Amino acid sequence: MTAASEPAGGGALPAGGAMRVMGAETEYGIHAPSAPSANATMMSARVVQAYAQVTRQRAAGGAETRWDYTDEEPLHDARGWTVDRATAHPSQLTDQPPVLDAEAVALAYGREELELDGQDESGTLLMNMVLGNGARLYVDHAHPEYSSPEVTNPRDAVKWDAAGDLVALATVRRLAADPDLPPVNLYKNNTDNKSVSYGSHENYLMPRSVPFGDIVRGLTPFFVTRQILCGTGRVGIGQDSSTPGYQISQRADFFEAEVGLETTIRRPIINTRDEPHATADKYRRLHVIIGDANLSQVSNYLKFGTTAMVLSLIEAGLAPKVEVHEPVAALQAVSHDTSLTAPLRLTDGRRVTALDLQWMYHEAAAKLAQDTGVGDALDGDGHTHAVLEHWATVLTQLDNDRKAAASSVEWLAKLSLLEGYRERDGLEWNDARMGLVDLQWADIRPEKGLYYRLLARNRMQRILEDAAIASAVSEPPSDTRAFFRGKCISSFGKDVVGASWDSVIFDVPGYGRLQRVPTREPLRGTKALTGALFERYREAGPFLAELLGHIAPPAA
Amino acid sequence: MAGQEQQHPQSRDSQVDEDIPEAPPAPPEAQASASTEGVDDLLDEIDGVLESNAEEFVRAFVQKGGQ
Repeated sequence: MTAASEPAGGGALPAGGAMRVMGAETEYGIHAPSAPSANATMMSARVVQAYAQVTRQRAAGGAETRWDYTDEEPLHDARGWTVDRATAHPSQLTDQPPVLDAEAVALAYGREELELDGQDESGTLLMNMVLGNGARLYVDHAHPEYSSPEVTNPRDAVKWDAAGDLVALATVRRLAADPDLPPVNLYKNNTDNKSVSYGSHENYLMPRSVPFGDIVRGLTPFFVTRQILCGTGRVGIGQDSSTPGYQISQRADFFEAEVGLETTIRRPIINTRDEPHATADKYRRLHVIIGDANLSQVSNYLKFGTTAMVLSLIEAGLAPKVEVHEPVAALQAVSHDTSLTAPLRLTDGRRVTALDLQWMYHEAAAKLAQDTGVGDALDGDGHTHAVLEHWATVLTQLDNDRKAAASSVEWLAKLSLLEGYRERDGLEWNDARMGLVDLQWADIRPEKGLYYRLLARNRMQRILEDAAIASAVSEPPSDTRAFFRGKCISSFGKDVVGASWDSVIFDVPGYGRLQRVPTREPLRGTKALTGALFERYREAGPFLAELLGHIAPPAA
Repeated sequence: MAGQEQQHPQSRDSQVDEDIPEAPPAPPEAQASASTEGVDDLLDEIDGVLESNAEEFVRAFVQKGGQ
């Protein structure tokens, strides 16, 4: 295999505001009501398989691209060391292809189950796809996961994350139409309320030069309180929901450490996984595991937008100098306090509310945005001004107009629905219908999902038009390397044998070896830089020849 | 119904930049709150959408661990 040169070009984004290379990962809850004991990994593989079938109908090729694991380094710790493989928890070994081969399936589930499932030509169940929009759809542990393509701003983060919900919906529809398989429901939530949690992660690109200790100090108070903007709400207190009640975050009760490498056990507020998926001496990829999976567009927008701005503060050395006493306990105290009045103790002795802390961050972010110019309404970067405005609006409403806030803040929207039931039917928090409303809030089918019922009644604000989200199901972002990846899949899918965040691998007739095109610079491979190239060629051979700088493709 | 391309709801007065022009009032909010009447109507609709056996349905939703 040869390593070719990268697609050229790619400038830096405006610094100091909400623009930054970022992306979302969503693990969906999966449930087959008619087959409650069905194996979750098997069902998740059927979801991926279903999407391969859907896209095969839509476009030939590209549906079954293998993931390239060459540059995955899940045991690298941002604090400067690497965990020994032998001592790592098995779930941390995310750099091994999770292939269920025919033999293993037959052993585990019997031949019958195997025959029910479609297999690809090589006899393995499909566990991974790279999509034409630059995303990845795969089986992660026992859940289907959609990892969005890299984008440069919070609005696009919402757009391509919401596109993932449409991808998930397409698989649910496909499986529902298959008479041989049980229908599968997918839920965009983070817990089964029986002590299990699964994640929705965010990724942010940062310069490696920023000391990790600064990131921990700057982010921790922010993450303890960010949930008041973007928590999705949860019926039940405690990991197993044994205490009746309602809390702001789905995830808070599952966090047990301040800093750490793990994502499935002893979950930390700040995750130190250090896999840059990019030029490692220039960048780190900050892997954020503390967020809830948002359906509310405003909550999702604020989750990405405010976090990106706080990272800009940290890079500039201007994060608020505050330290929360016992942050894990504080995280849970904030989540359990829907009145937003609980005092948090700072290590300097002050007592502040979650709203106070958020205003401190807003004030610092607004000042940096003003000083750098990126926050200007007209001449700024086109994103920071809107994030600051939304952030201030929501904080103000949370303080004095919760009814207005309920049209954008997800945990409040869900709470208003639950309160409606409590008032009308006199339900207690531990009533099964309360739990059902909580669960069904996150059903990704518009006719069943309660979030979508509120959206249809214009009770939830939008950031994006439906048509823009729909287009992102097949179109990659234009301004990151995801454009190159997505277009390779949609234009030359039959010749792409592997892809990852930082590579695309071709097997083209005429080339003796596989051609691996590295994409380690996230802002290269954009439409501006490679769009014309894709328009010039229908065949991968001549395309690669020009890309790789060959005068003509090698003779076959 | 299609929503707004980009919303700029009014924030509380900017504390840091007097030059930022007044953002336009927030039509989407007005739109959203205009339809917040009829909670009973909404609950009636949702009654018809909820899975039928709440207790059994919620109990059967058991997930394997994730990240």
